[in-house]
Amino acid sequence: MDTFKLLKTLTETGAPSGYEEQIVPVVRELWEPLVDTMTVDRVGSLIAVKNGRGPEPRPRLLLAAHMDEIGLMVTHIVDHGGNGFLRVTNVGGVDRRQVYAQLVTVYGRKELHGVIGCLPPPMLPEERRDKPYGFEDLVIDLGLPLAEVAANVSIGDFVSFRQPLRKLQGSRVSGKALDNRASVAAVTVCLEYLQDRRHDWDVVAVATVQEETRLLGAFTSAFSQRPDAAVALDVTFGKGPGANDENTFDLGGGPVIDLGPNVHPGLYKAFLDAAESLEMSVSTATHARYSGTDAFGLQIARDGIPTGLLGIPLRYMHTMVESLDTKDVERTGRLLGEMIAGLDADFIAKITAAQMEEAKS
Amino acid sequence: MNELLKNLTEAVGVSSNEKEVRLLIRNLIADHVDEWHVDAMGNLLALKKGTGASPLRVLVDAHMDEVGLMITDVESNGTLKFEGVGGFNDRTLLGKVVQVGPDKLIGVIGARPVHLLKADQRNSVVKMDAMRIDIGAKNKEAANSKVKVGDYAAFVTEYEELGKTAVGKAFDNRAGCAALIELLRGRPYPFDLYASFSVQEEVGLRGAQVAAYGINPDAALVLECTPAYDLPNENDVSPNVALGQGPSIYVMDGVTIQDPRLVAHITRTAVAHGLPFQIRQPGGGGTNTAVIQRTRGGIPAATIAVPGRHAHTPTMMIDLDDYANVVKLAEATLRGLTPEIIKRN
Repeated sequence: MDTFKLLKTLTETGAPSGYEEQIVPVVRELWEPLVDTMTVDRVGSLIAVKNGRGPEPRPRLLLAAHMDEIGLMVTHIVDHGGNGFLRVTNVGGVDRRQVYAQLVTVYGRKELHGVIGCLPPPMLPEERRDKPYGFEDLVIDLGLPLAEVAANVSIGDFVSFRQPLRKLQGSRVSGKALDNRASVAAVTVCLEYLQDRRHDWDVVAVATVQEETRLLGAFTSAFSQRPDAAVALDVTFGKGPGANDENTFDLGGGPVIDLGPNVHPGLYKAFLDAAESLEMSVSTATHARYSGTDAFGLQIARDGIPTGLLGIPLRYMHTMVESLDTKDVERTGRLLGEMIAGLDADFIAKITAAQMEEAKS
Repeated sequence: MNELLKNLTEAVGVSSNEKEVRLLIRNLIADHVDEWHVDAMGNLLALKKGTGASPLRVLVDAHMDEVGLMITDVESNGTLKFEGVGGFNDRTLLGKVVQVGPDKLIGVIGARPVHLLKADQRNSVVKMDAMRIDIGAKNKEAANSKVKVGDYAAFVTEYEELGKTAVGKAFDNRAGCAALIELLRGRPYPFDLYASFSVQEEVGLRGAQVAAYGINPDAALVLECTPAYDLPNENDVSPNVALGQGPSIYVMDGVTIQDPRLVAHITRTAVAHGLPFQIRQPGGGGTNTAVIQRTRGGIPAATIAVPGRHAHTPTMMIDLDDYANVVKLAEATLRGLTPEIIKRN
């Protein structure tokens, strides 16, 4: 499928962490023709298995791409002049500097569209006038009378931001929830790539839940699926306005391979080898403590899982104008597919043996 | 779906770059007026001849420009520096989508991601001069091939209706323009009705001043969309107008005391026709009435406005009943306007 269309379908579906039920059927439909089995697990992650060609019992590689997105949750309904306004709080790391005057969808008894408003600073309490608007001042305005709001919205209802995916210049696009539907798209590209490439390992593609809040789907799916190795896919910081420091990456510069505590060096090396065989430009990112991705959860499931991490450069993370280059999504999918095609039955033994050797010497 | 409001709000017309809106409105009114022309400033002026029953010349004004941005420089990384055209709260711009230049290239306004901010940065308002528009150009050269310094940018919002309210950009003042178009489509008035779809209101009420001079009317009515602050609040900020409470009638704003005889005529008309109305709480702000009133030897003028929440943002909201009642009240006000109302003894 055309990558723009793929991303459009994926990003325009609302799925704040904890309310992923609407994105599951979308991903299921995309992956259905590409895999052998699919299930939804106890916490809502979608688990799709594409069987390998190696002799049984086959090793299993788990791919984790979280399908949730940052959003909001209704904390109370406020009556003002007979109109019903909603106060909200954040679900995940919402940048409150950027939520004013955004479009939203409230998932109440039915879906309601609204906008986020606020009084002008001079009308706010004095101590808050020079600050970005906070959740104590922002309201969702549904443009409806109180009775209609009260009949359709409850405290605890989820809210997602609403912004169509749009084309920028070249192959760049902008919209919401590219964090992390871009990775779901990359896994889709990978599964397509593997239709024509022999792979010995079983591939367990997981669209995980609640990454933005506590990596829930990574911890639980890694436990239940008992993979021999795992790869998390997520967006990483793109170089751009306000972000030109180390560990930011050019849009269009190719996949970013992570190195640091959450990553097994053997998987890092496997990605470098795959990139070389594809003659693909890649970059290395480092995380000194934790990666802030599903890799953090995957790695410590059961007795430990060798884990790798791939990043897609993205500007303006956690906003409604997240931007990336679609070529990076395609390249990330191909790189992942190539790495998987290169996995043999001894891969784990080899990468762990290397560490054993080091320990003995 | 109100197609008139949809088409007018989705059109782009940043102050002094009103061409697209001007052409759209010209096409919408051409069959309903006797004459029209565009003056030196860019105002679209039209005459709808009266029945001859009244000797008055009456001007109805609605500004057709909207707030927006102007590109001031192209950075080496291909992003665009800009300044505000019209009044902006800096908080309005971050995380927004804009359309740039005549080809309407999509651009976005982002900032350093929240993950990488220090606590004090998270609690600071990002100022406009620190923001850039990103059209996805890889570098300065790529951007320069698509965008010129001096190009304008406007918000991008698809018009939608939520129950009896509508959301979109630029209701300020396409709501006023739509109402004026509806007035021109009606049967002739007792007097010659002059319409001015004026330019550059958002940068200092500049178009209406020359329009009023050129037309030299006996009285003027300004149709506007006025900010409504009827949102929940801790302090009593006495919202000046509220959505759904009817047309908003100005008495006094930050610059103008509206002609009291016209204000009385408008309120009497509303009562007589059973139309809801609300007196806009006297206070700040200003409309084209300010400059029309002071034109030549003075022109009695007043303002009727559609209340609009979230003004000067991409997500304004109006109440469609308020809009319809503004059209009704303006029409009834005009049809009932006699020379006696504005006569000085």
